Parts: sequence; C-alpha cells; structure tokens
Amino acid sequence: MSSSKFPKLPPVATLGPLIALVLAVGFFATQSDRFLSVQNFSLILQQVMVVGTIAIGQTLIILTAGIDLSCGMVMALGGIVMTKLAVGSGMNAYLAIACGMLACMAFGLVNGLLVTRVKLPPFIVTLGTMNIAFAITQLYSGAQTITDLPPAMTFFGSTVVFGNAAINYGTVFMVLMYALVWWGLRDTQPGRHVYAVGNNPEATRLTGIATDRVLLGVYVLAAAFYGLAALLSVARTGVGDPNAGQTENLDAITAVVLGGTSLFGGRGIVLGSLLGAVIVGVFRNGLTLMGVPSVYQVLITGVLVILAVATDQLSRKGAR
Amino acid sequence: MISTPSFSRTALSVLALSALSAAAMAADQPVIGLITKTDTNPFFVKMKEGAQAAATAKGAKLLSAAGKADGDNAGQVTAIENMIAGGAKTILITPSDSKAIVPAIKKAQAKGVMFIALDSPADPMEATDALFATDNYKAGVLIGQYAKAAMAGKPAKIATLDLFPGHPVGAQRHNGFMSGYGMKAFDAKSNELSKSAEIVCMADSFGDQAKGQTAMENCLQKNPDINLVYTINEPAAAGAYQALKAAGKDKGVVIVSVDGGCAGVKNVKAGVIAATSQQYPLKMASMGVEAGLEYAASGKKAKGYTDTGVTLITDKPMSGVDSKDTKVGTELCWGNK
Amino acid sequence: MSTQTLVMEARGLVKRYGQVTALDGVDFELRAGEILAVIGDNGAGKSSLIKALSGATIPDEGEIKLDGKVIHFKSPADARREGIETVYQDLAVAPAMTIAENLFLGREIIKSGFFAKLLRIIDKNKMLEESVARMNDLKVGIRSMTQAVETLSGGQRQCVAVSRAAAFAQHVVILDEPTAALGVKEGNMVLELIRRVRDKGLPVILISHNMPHVFEIADRIHIARLGKRACVVNPKTISMSDTVAVMTGAKRPDELPAECLA
Repeated sequence: MSSSKFPKLPPVATLGPLIALVLAVGFFATQSDRFLSVQNFSLILQQVMVVGTIAIGQTLIILTAGIDLSCGMVMALGGIVMTKLAVGSGMNAYLAIACGMLACMAFGLVNGLLVTRVKLPPFIVTLGTMNIAFAITQLYSGAQTITDLPPAMTFFGSTVVFGNAAINYGTVFMVLMYALVWWGLRDTQPGRHVYAVGNNPEATRLTGIATDRVLLGVYVLAAAFYGLAALLSVARTGVGDPNAGQTENLDAITAVVLGGTSLFGGRGIVLGSLLGAVIVGVFRNGLTLMGVPSVYQVLITGVLVILAVATDQLSRKGAR
Repeated sequence: MISTPSFSRTALSVLALSALSAAAMAADQPVIGLITKTDTNPFFVKMKEGAQAAATAKGAKLLSAAGKADGDNAGQVTAIENMIAGGAKTILITPSDSKAIVPAIKKAQAKGVMFIALDSPADPMEATDALFATDNYKAGVLIGQYAKAAMAGKPAKIATLDLFPGHPVGAQRHNGFMSGYGMKAFDAKSNELSKSAEIVCMADSFGDQAKGQTAMENCLQKNPDINLVYTINEPAAAGAYQALKAAGKDKGVVIVSVDGGCAGVKNVKAGVIAATSQQYPLKMASMGVEAGLEYAASGKKAKGYTDTGVTLITDKPMSGVDSKDTKVGTELCWGNK
Repeated sequence: MSTQTLVMEARGLVKRYGQVTALDGVDFELRAGEILAVIGDNGAGKSSLIKALSGATIPDEGEIKLDGKVIHFKSPADARREGIETVYQDLAVAPAMTIAENLFLGREIIKSGFFAKLLRIIDKNKMLEESVARMNDLKVGIRSMTQAVETLSGGQRQCVAVSRAAAFAQHVVILDEPTAALGVKEGNMVLELIRRVRDKGLPVILISHNMPHVFEIADRIHIARLGKRACVVNPKTISMSDTVAVMTGAKRPDELPAECLA
C-alpha cells in the first residue's frame, strides 16, 4: 500500500519554468564568467527577496482564484508606518515593525471583507485599495524618505559569510517562510481548504467548509506577508521609501504565474512562485552582466509569462 | 399672476445671484493651470507650491492637476480639457509623454490657450509656446566636468544608472555627463544614450532607490572595479550608495547626480553623493505664472526656451569647475528642509 | 399498510415562494432498507421536497420526522449532522484534488497530538487507507486513490460522489439525478453502486428523469404532481407508461389497479 506522498516531480506547470530557469542559467554561464558563482546567486536571491515574499501572499490569494493588485502599495504603507514610528516617534523598533505589519493586515482585512461580505470581485476591490494605500502612504510620509533607521530594522539586510559567499539574513528568512507555507498548504486542513475553495468554491460550501472564513483568512494572512516584505525592503534599502512598491504588484503576479500557479485557482505550488521570482532576477542579472539593455529583460519576461500560462493550459488539456 | 415665491425658488435665485457675482469677480482674475506629471514627487510638489505662491501674490487663480504616474498621458489630457472648461488661458505643463501630449496642446492652442512646458520639453519643443526648464544637458555636463576633475587622471570605469530607454531627460543628462567628462556623446537633441569604452555598465534605475540598488549591484557584479557612478537622480544615487556600501566600496567610488532636492543635498553633505546639479522647480513655476499674467494682461505670449538655471553643489570643490557648497544648496533646495 | 419501520416521514409540507406554491401539503415516507425514487414533471415539487428533506430549504408548514423524532433542519449542515447525506447534481467535487481528498473534503482526518491538532495537520496515510477501504467495501473499481478526480470518467466521478455520501451517511442518502449525462455502461456502474449502498443498510432517496433506470433500481416510486404526492407505486407491478401517465396527469391514481400501489 502506497502512502499518499507528494508527487516526486513538481506539476508540469512548474516543471516547465524550472527547465527554463536551468536553461537560462546555463546560457548566462556561457556569456559571462562572473555569472556562475555562489556569490552571484546569493546576490540574485537578495534582489528578489522582497518580491519573493510578496509573492507568497499573492500565491495564497491566486490559489483561491482571486488576485491582489494592492500588494505593492500595502507593502509600501507598512514600510512607512514602521519606519516613521521608529524614527519619527521614537517607538521601540520591534513594536514599530509589529505596527507596520498590523497596518498591512488591516488592509488585508478590508480586502477580504469586501470580497466575502460585499461579494465584490477581488480585481476591483484591490484596484481600489491599491490607490487608497498609496494615497495614505504619501500623506502619512509627507512624500519624504525616512532615513537613520534603528539597527533592528536593518538586520535582515545584513549578511552572514559562508566561505567566499555572503548570504543575506533576509534571503534565509524568505526561504524559511516559503518552506513553512509550502508545508502548511500541503499538510494542514486549512491549507487543503484553500485549494478546495479555489478549485470549486460551490463544492466546498456544500461540503460544509466555511468558504468565507477561508477567503478572509487568506487575504489577512497574505497581507501579513506583505508586512514582512516591507521589513525586508526597509532592511535592504536602509530607508523607508514612500515610492517603494509601485511595480511590485505586477512583479509578484508575474512570479506567481511563472511559477505555474493557475489564475483560475486551485492549482499550483507556492515554491513555484519562488522559482518565478528567481527567473526574473536571473534574467535581469544575466542581461546586465552581458551589457544588454534592460528593455530586453522586459520583453523576455513577457514571453516567459505567456509560455508559462500556455504550458499549464496545454498540459491540462492532455490530462482530460 | 403674482404668486408667493416658494422657499426653494427664493433659495434658487439667491444662489444664482451669488454665482453670477462670483463669476463676475472671477472674470477679473486670470486663471492659470498647472499640470504636473504626478503630485507625489517632491519636485512637482515644490513646483506647485511655487506656482500657488506666485499666483496668490499676483492675484491670479491657479488650477492644478497631475497625472497618476510618470507616463500617464491620458490623465494630463483630461486635465487640459478640465482646465479650459475652468477658464484657464495659460497652462503650465510638465509633459509625461512629450510626443503624445502634442495633439491635445494643439487643440487647446487653437482656442487661444498659451502653453508653457516646465522642466521637460514637448516633442517637438516648438509644440508649446515656451519652455522654462533646466538645461538637463548642461546639468549633465557640469557633473561630467566635476567627475573628470575628481578622478584626477585615474582611468575611469564608469557605471551609468539611467532612467529608462527613450526618455529625453534621461538621455540629455547621460549624454551631457559624457560630454562634460570628455567622451564623445550625442548632442542635446538626442533621446538615445551614448556608449563609450569607459562606461563598463549601463543599467536602468527608473529613478527609484530600490531599483537603483539592484542595478548597481548587478553592475558591480559585472565589473567590481567601477570607480565612478553617474546617476539620473538622487534616489537612484542613494540606492547605488547602498549597494557600494554593502560591497565595501563606498569610500573609493565617486557618485554624481542631478536634482538638488533637499534630501539629495543632505546626501552630498553626508558624503554619499560627491556632487549634484541642482535645478529650480520653484523658479520654473513662478516664471510660468508671471508669463501667464502677462498674457492675460497684454496678450503677449512667452516664446522660446528660457534656462531656469542649474548649479553644481558639492562640498569638495574642484578647480576649473564652478560650484557652490551644501550651505547654499540647502537654502535653495526643493523638498522638505 | 406497511410493517416496515419508517426512517423518514413527512406530513403536510407546504412551501411557498411568493405567489408560487411549490409544495402544497405533500406527504412522504421512506422505509428502512429501500431505494425510493421520486419522480415528477417539472414544477411538480420534487426538488422542493428534496430540498426540505436535506435541509436546503425550511418548509412553511408541516412536519418532518427522522426515525420517529420530529426534526427542524435550518441548513444542510443540520441535516448532515443528523446523518443525511445529499449528492447534488453538480457532484460538489474539487476536480484538481485527489479522490482521497475529495472523499474527506471538509471532514479531513487530523493527526493526533496537541501540536497536530493545533495546526490541524492531516493524517494523509490514514485518509488513504480509509478511502481504499470504503471504496473496496462498495466494490468501486478505481485503482488509485491519489489520482485527481478530473482524470476520472463521468461515471467514476459519480461513484466517488455517491461513495462519499454513503461513507458518511448514518440514516439516509439522497441522490439528485445520479445517472444524468452518463452513457449506458457508466450509468449501470452507478446503479450497481446504489444497490450496494442499499444493501449495506442505508435507505436511498433517488430523483431521476430516467424511467428505465428508475424501474431497474427502485423498490418504490413516489410520484409527485402539482406540489402533492399523487401516489406511490410498485415498479414491479405497474407499467412504465402508466407511471408516466399519472405523472403527467393523463391518468388519475384512483384509475390504477390496486396491486400497482405500494
């Protein structure tokens, strides 16, 4: 009797991008001798850690067939709240970080309530809260960047040295969070319910699962990850930047899609989103090392997104 | 037949009368519009403040609007339409998309509205009646000259953290820097970024601190010996510094920038940025308001390009390059002091 | 007069939706160990009756008894708690998830231990064992419980849905159009399964438009007409055409010979 183990290979939708990543790494390694090194890879991971963390939350939401356009702006708000409280009001750094996360989760709660109680489509809701979060961030920060942060806030930006490679604490933290969420989605009841709600919300409701509660929980939990991403962003840049997060919403969605999670909900693994984020980072790094103008990076990302979605669709057609 | 007027009819007529008298009073006040790219960038916030102050002082009415983000042409077109409806006879605009805005400008000009471009030109420049702007090319030249002097004959390995492809301001500052340094570069009319052997890495920062940091990290990965960094603006410079610091290279690398915002001048004082070209949005705005008043009073339109000035700010002056120190820079800076 | 125990009983159920009276004082009996088919033309009130029995709607008047005890269902969850399982027409399965996961959807087996209960960690091995056991018990021939439901044929999916109901029901299983949209072979597969459910001791209420299937499998047929129960007939003694006639009103129940009634 076989135990119901997680399949040895990732689903096809994620396998495709994994192969693309391997091919890309192989290609760039031939183009620049400075590409293939532990130090460079640790650099790339560091560069994607903010989007990567946002993508954890975005994956949860997309798994329920929703979408969150406000993630970047909510992250920026969290960053401003925590830095302004710590620097401007002299609040204890850890308390300030908690407040920043709470600010993000408040937005997650609003998003979730509007989706579950008022029954508005997530796209519309988060389009609205995206603008509201942005405005609040600008007003609260006075459009000023906040500097001179306490050391607790920049901790995740510092590095620990392994041999000749310096690994960023934030990167380690991000990978740990991915592992935790991957396990939770795979092995816990609430995690499986997230997939069920996304795959067939009506069925889930009929079997007695509190669908609305699952959705609300997903939006709030996702926002907690945006808050963590805010801390990582603040740690990486060393400032509270009110203009941060402007493109991160689409970057996070790109990472999720590239990682093989279906926009229709119920399918995909969260580790795929890390893969998606890394792919984008690899191309950006590799093309810069080659001296290729960045506009080609944008072009390639677009092509990859279409390939990823097409692979997913085609593979599922085959299964029928 | 005389009927007792109802309460609502009385109220209506009172309202109508007051509206008419307000309109009559307002008709004496020249209406000037200001349309910026966004209303969150401190540069434009300062511009708006300057315009408002000038308008209040000289008795003009200022209507202001902005696009939602850099590149939001549609938002600016809508703003033009709304301002004309609001009675504006002069519109000051920082075009988000220098080409796309031209048809809307032409349409409005046919109605007798005067257009003055602030900070960045329309494309073609003559599409607006006048341009009050920083000479972005000159801004680049100044920091290029400074950089040459600061390098003191050492062979330069240069990284340029640019804006994004195709933007006139990005190109002008980049090419101006190269020209000021002594490298062969395109002239001020070009929208393309020149290359050269000394520039070992060109990356796009989008004027954003985090993206600037990523760009600098990748450039350092490509060429760890970079010793001079040109940045499109001060947030990008801050990001570049963060990357250099993490690599332990912050002491040996010269960073130059453009803008002269108060946060940027602080960074010059702190030694993060070696020198920056300061520009004057306040001046652009007040000059624009003056021109609008002139047009309203005498019908004389402002014409051509007026350079609103650029000053090199640094605490480490180099001979052969004129500059002012950060004390002066702080007095003249824009943003929150 | 039946000497069999009544598992479920309803008297005088009335349900109005605005001006429309869907149930007009309908009576209902379900005996132990039987398959009772409920048939009727559109608008006859069979779906409303089933909804009242499964807790999906609350009747305006009348009473429902389960095992002789009067019950008031306020929601499908109440009915489920009392051991009544319903298989809806759209099956209510999550296609991308495995058979085992679908069987236990909403009722996943949690591992024991404080930590596991706190985080609600699923005991996947146990769930798989149970799934295999129950499917074997009902002789459903699907080999792997870890394959996704969407890889199954329509008939197999229906079997999964029916097995889920049978696995968790304690009193009654209600099936809404279980063989609709299935081919001959698949339809027979499902009918076989329904028989086995009955043989395990669970009475089954079956709504169907498929007369041949109804006649093949039902022990008794409840004919609904105009919001009431027209009569209950014995498929072994009545002809299909007579049944349809009563259903459409072409024949009145008192025109039927006595041995057709059940």
